[in-house]
Amino acid sequence: MEAGTPQAVRLEDLHVPGQLSGRKHILSILVENKPGVLARIAGLFSRRGFNIDTLAVGPTDDPSVSRITLTLDGAVHPIDQVTKQLHKLVNVLKIRDMEPDETVAREMAMFKVSAAVESRAEIIQFAEIFRAKIVDVGRRALTIEVTGSADKIEAFERMIRPHGLIEMVRTGEIAIARGSE
Amino acid sequence: MESLKAEGVENIFGIPGGANLPTYDALVDAGFRHIQVRHEQGGGHAAEGYAKASGEVGVAFATSGPGATNLVTAIADAMMDSVPTVFVTGQVRTELIGTDGFQEADILGATLPFVKHSFQVTDPRQIPEYVHEAFHVASTGRPGPVLLDIPQDLSRAEIEYATRTEPVELPGYRPMSKGNIKQVRIAAKAMANAKRPILYTGGGVVNGNASEELRELVAADRFPVTSTLMGLGAYPASGENWLGMLGMHGTVTANWAMDNADLIVAIGARFDDRITGKLAEFAPQAKVIHIDIDPAEISKNVGAHIPIVGDVKLVLPELNREYRALQTDSSRLDPWWNQLREWQQKHPLRYDPGDGKEIKPQFMVEAMHRATGGNAVVTSDVGQHQMWAAQYYGFEQPRNWINSGGLGTMGFGLPAAVGAKVARPDDDVVCLAGDGSLIMNCQELATCVTEEIPVKVFLMNNGYMGMVRQWQELFWDRRYSAVQMGASPDWVKLAEAFGATGLRCEVADDLEGTMVQALEADGPVLVDVRVAQEENCYPMIPPGQAARDMVEAPQKVS
Repeated sequence: MEAGTPQAVRLEDLHVPGQLSGRKHILSILVENKPGVLARIAGLFSRRGFNIDTLAVGPTDDPSVSRITLTLDGAVHPIDQVTKQLHKLVNVLKIRDMEPDETVAREMAMFKVSAAVESRAEIIQFAEIFRAKIVDVGRRALTIEVTGSADKIEAFERMIRPHGLIEMVRTGEIAIARGSE
Repeated sequence: MESLKAEGVENIFGIPGGANLPTYDALVDAGFRHIQVRHEQGGGHAAEGYAKASGEVGVAFATSGPGATNLVTAIADAMMDSVPTVFVTGQVRTELIGTDGFQEADILGATLPFVKHSFQVTDPRQIPEYVHEAFHVASTGRPGPVLLDIPQDLSRAEIEYATRTEPVELPGYRPMSKGNIKQVRIAAKAMANAKRPILYTGGGVVNGNASEELRELVAADRFPVTSTLMGLGAYPASGENWLGMLGMHGTVTANWAMDNADLIVAIGARFDDRITGKLAEFAPQAKVIHIDIDPAEISKNVGAHIPIVGDVKLVLPELNREYRALQTDSSRLDPWWNQLREWQQKHPLRYDPGDGKEIKPQFMVEAMHRATGGNAVVTSDVGQHQMWAAQYYGFEQPRNWINSGGLGTMGFGLPAAVGAKVARPDDDVVCLAGDGSLIMNCQELATCVTEEIPVKVFLMNNGYMGMVRQWQELFWDRRYSAVQMGASPDWVKLAEAFGATGLRCEVADDLEGTMVQALEADGPVLVDVRVAQEENCYPMIPPGQAARDMVEAPQKVS
């Protein structure tokens, strides 16, 4: 008998692995840089009822290839089915379901906060704690740039909101694998 | 044109228009047979019928705007049933794209959800490359429709065609072919341990040309076989292990067998809702081996305990060899077969034969079987007649049953028969039509006459959209809403108006003779068969219910 093949297969021992992982997934997708590719991916998600939480698209070191980074909820969607459907698109070259422990994920956000004179110091202090940058100053408002994990950005949002959040812009996460690979 | 020739194309179905004039001009000298259909939807279904009957890629041409949008139903149909097809549409001139120009429609955008792949040409030099890629994608892996949209100015550009020597390479497209041998071994061993196994086969076996391989696997032991609508003929209906079709209008035995099986071997089938009924109660005792060329089908609807991704034509012989090597004692299946035989005896397909004068639709299908010797290529529309054909014709060979399964497109049958007859001119091609469906694409009778395509249309005329009527009767308290066909045309006169032969039959005794007469006549013939109007199609699993809730035909009280 060779390795990996059991002597006998008893039906009662067979199980189907669970479809839902219960956590957030970051999919890093390499696609051909061709017109309509994003429409194909967005169309696939809407048609199959998969909800994208965030989406970021940009070039890679190869001009013929773009990278799409998207996050979605593995508690709601069977990630395996999502990736298999994506693989069926001819323009999709490679999909990586990023392992949380082996991934650096970052997102950038800009917050426009109303900042009256009396609260300005406190807001600036928050920004320092979060290693955020003040990128624009107006008479009644500050614009703050924060970079970090989605959790960090959400934490900053909670801190700043009571001061009067005028507008918030987020890029959606991008991710890269740790190590030399 | 040169690239189409290099792909071995001989027949093209289509209609010209402003935006594909250059293509049609080139067609004059290209040496293809072009079948000028009367509606682009008909051209699309004809390409599908051609592909389904022959296994070759079907090709349809249409012009921009309405020509292209008329193809949409056929493209969606080809996607649902995995039909290898290439659709070439004209597009407005490049500088007009995006300006809402005359006869402009974003056909690429409109068809994105149901093409396997699509291309819009932006440089005339792409045309040969895209044609080859289109045929490659359409015909390999899980087959499907590919759209090629060519702006008018680019299709008239003069380019050099260099004969292609190397195979098509697409970096993001590598269909699986060989199954994982370890998984195959595990599957064989699971089958060896199963006491109540069943092979559940689908259209993938037909598409994959794996009918012989399936028959050999069945012969490895006494495996009971059932099939989806799309897989009929892969295993012969006269075969010893055949349980009949399964699903909503399948046989009681096939459905109860699934319900009681301890192991389902799904081969090129996709656990569609018409098969599973209520998903939560589907095959509650069964473990599942799922063999499919499309990894996304595995565990999509029903979880697979042993998934095998691969081409059934390659996987089945491996599975057969591994299974035979185990030399399993076949007698373990005796109790299972006793049970199956008992169900078959107690619950055969049956219908009330009536007074013997009125033509029962099921009788009509049986008469059609006798008149054609059971060897015709049968196309159908969608509805009751389609289900009765599936139940009662008894298909012995693959590619002899051509219908719209996934999308359920009424009006599919006649144009599909046109395509099938072009593909297989030496075989009898009959279209079993419903009166609700036939009228949707009856213009293709003109194609049959003009292009000398001797299709025989057997119209099961009950004056209703019968399946919808049946649902209204059974589930909507017989409140008939928009199902009567009213002043349907005089079909005999309609056939004659097109220049075809029209025949009518109203008495059961005359039916087979009339059908033989139609088959022996030259040219296209339409036979208007007046059948019992309110016959229902049984057995039936009511929608959303489980196999064990199957309803049989009410017993005749005598």
